[in-house]
Amino acid sequence: MTTVPEAGHSELAIRARGLTKDFGHVVAVNNLDLDVPRSRIYGFLGPNGSGKSTSIRMLCGLLTPTRGDIEVLGLEIPKQAEALRRKVGYMTQKFSLFEDLTISENLNFMANIYTLPRALFKTRIPESIERYELGRLLKQRAGTLSGGQKQRLALAAATLHQPELLFLDEPTSAVDPENRRAFWEGLFDLVDEGTTILVSTHYMDEAERCHSLAILDLGALVAAGSPDELSDRIDVTVLVVESPEPRKVSRFLDQQAFVHSTAQIGNTLRVMVDLDLPEPAGHTARITSEAGLPLDSCAKVRPSLEDVFVAATQSRKAARDQSA
Amino acid sequence: MNSLQRIFAIIVKELRQLSRDRLTFGMIIGIPTLQLLLFGYAINMDVRHLSAGVADLSNTAASRQVIQDMAQTQVIDINYQAADVFELETLMRQGKIVVGVYIPADYERRLQQPERSAIQLLVDGSDTVVQGAAASIARSARTSPFTDRPPEMEMRTYYNPERRSPVNTVPGLIGVILTMTMTLFTAVAIVRERERGNLELLITTPVRSAELMLAKILPYVFIGLIQVSLVLVLGVLLFKVPLRGALIDVYWVSLAFIIANLAMGLVVSTIAQTQFQAMQMTFFFLLPSILLSGFMFPFDGMPKAAQWIAEILPMTHFMRLIRGVVLRGASLSELSNEMAILWGFIAVAMTIAVLRFNKRLD
Repeated sequence: MTTVPEAGHSELAIRARGLTKDFGHVVAVNNLDLDVPRSRIYGFLGPNGSGKSTSIRMLCGLLTPTRGDIEVLGLEIPKQAEALRRKVGYMTQKFSLFEDLTISENLNFMANIYTLPRALFKTRIPESIERYELGRLLKQRAGTLSGGQKQRLALAAATLHQPELLFLDEPTSAVDPENRRAFWEGLFDLVDEGTTILVSTHYMDEAERCHSLAILDLGALVAAGSPDELSDRIDVTVLVVESPEPRKVSRFLDQQAFVHSTAQIGNTLRVMVDLDLPEPAGHTARITSEAGLPLDSCAKVRPSLEDVFVAATQSRKAARDQSA
Repeated sequence: MNSLQRIFAIIVKELRQLSRDRLTFGMIIGIPTLQLLLFGYAINMDVRHLSAGVADLSNTAASRQVIQDMAQTQVIDINYQAADVFELETLMRQGKIVVGVYIPADYERRLQQPERSAIQLLVDGSDTVVQGAAASIARSARTSPFTDRPPEMEMRTYYNPERRSPVNTVPGLIGVILTMTMTLFTAVAIVRERERGNLELLITTPVRSAELMLAKILPYVFIGLIQVSLVLVLGVLLFKVPLRGALIDVYWVSLAFIIANLAMGLVVSTIAQTQFQAMQMTFFFLLPSILLSGFMFPFDGMPKAAQWIAEILPMTHFMRLIRGVVLRGASLSELSNEMAILWGFIAVAMTIAVLRFNKRLD
């Protein structure tokens, strides 16, 4: 396991050690260590059921950890969770504002709940409406909004009180790519203003945008770092193989001991091979040709985040299978 | 100050949502009206044309006059002439009559003898409405020219010797309606927010548990008081329910009972995971309230164990309070014990609700 460099305490928005949550016999989060620097977008990347939501809920004090220590914005969680409420915003995975209230009623309600001073109502709410392009929809009930509009409303509501830290639990799962881009532009604006954002996702393109990432699998942290660092540190070599008969090549390579995995993308194959394999491209091309399979090219490429993700989750799976 | 701002915001939101939820809104007015009309007319229906049989063994001018007087009330229709009391009993058993008038052969002589009743009224007691109606015949007979005499008519109730006044039902109905709607509305209002995910959002905000609970309850206190007014107005207008106590006392008693049920609804909401479960639990609470509180069956007639359970239910105490105030004209100070028990229930239920609702998901 890798850890991000130890930073000064005040530089960290979130620090967790040995964070564990059991639901009966199921370990949802297992011994998670986490350091989230301030004013950054930190991503939780993992498949469904990897413990992303549970981790976020523990970090904002909604769930009590079975074990482990959490410090968020200098507060001990869950003990000081109430004091944290005012400093954080939370966007739930499922749209959780009131569908039978209009956009402006929802925003007013949230402003009251965070007890914004009356004077700020006149500035903060209109600013937010403009920033998240909700002006035309003010009188519309939230239940009738599109996925993207709901997302913008939820973000507007979660940021009305200008939180230092924003938890976003799979914020764009119901949003089309164009709206997703706009949504992320909004997030970077917030970071520019000093907000720290912790966002969970299972989209690679979203994960690529984060300053740093933690890859979660089955409740455990399998890799952490910036997307670049993660690509650099990957413990496999990634090859791109082009062939007119990719299925056959894929089946052949899967049987080779040095090959970790193959994945077809159009007519090309992405093949992960042992890191210590000498001349990986040459070797792979040679044995493929010797097996009588057609081959156009075989080249080593820089690993993508998806490669990192696949490699990280697969090596754990292999380890589990061995121990089983 | 902050606290007030949050509570007020939730109340406004709650009322807004309520005004947009047509079904619930309809239930607020619909349940009391419908129940009152159903129960009220079923019990207070101006009972007329009960099938009756007469066995006039005396067959004198006086006896014929008495029978004619009874027939003129239109409460009974004399459909059968019987030869003796046994024939009357047979007719009743067969369901052909519900009232039998038995005038013995020595009727005129009995009229002179104060210690003996002159007429026997045979009543099918399996129906309380019939009992009430028959009792009214018996009473009216007392105000005959022979008022200086003891009752000339003796009433014998068959099958059910326990007689109850139907007027008891309308004040009691306030209790049934409030238990049903208040508990259900609060329970569902919170569980629905949990189901829709609103609660997960709310508990990450600075709202305190007690604030949330209070703000959830307050709108329904208003609604409960509106329902009480509705039942009272309809009860007085349609069913001539007497209001012998002070009106303000009726509201004090109802207020305590409303809050007790809302608190119960909150407790339910902290246990139920879905709206359906909330509904099931509410009925689990409602049924003993209706059956054991004295609304349906006289409290004193119940077995001891049932009485103990009934003492825990707020409805039992409300029943005593509301009947005391409305029907007997009692003052609150005379009923302070029952009132204290209601507030005790509220304190316990609210504590449980606030403790159980701990702003966590686990």
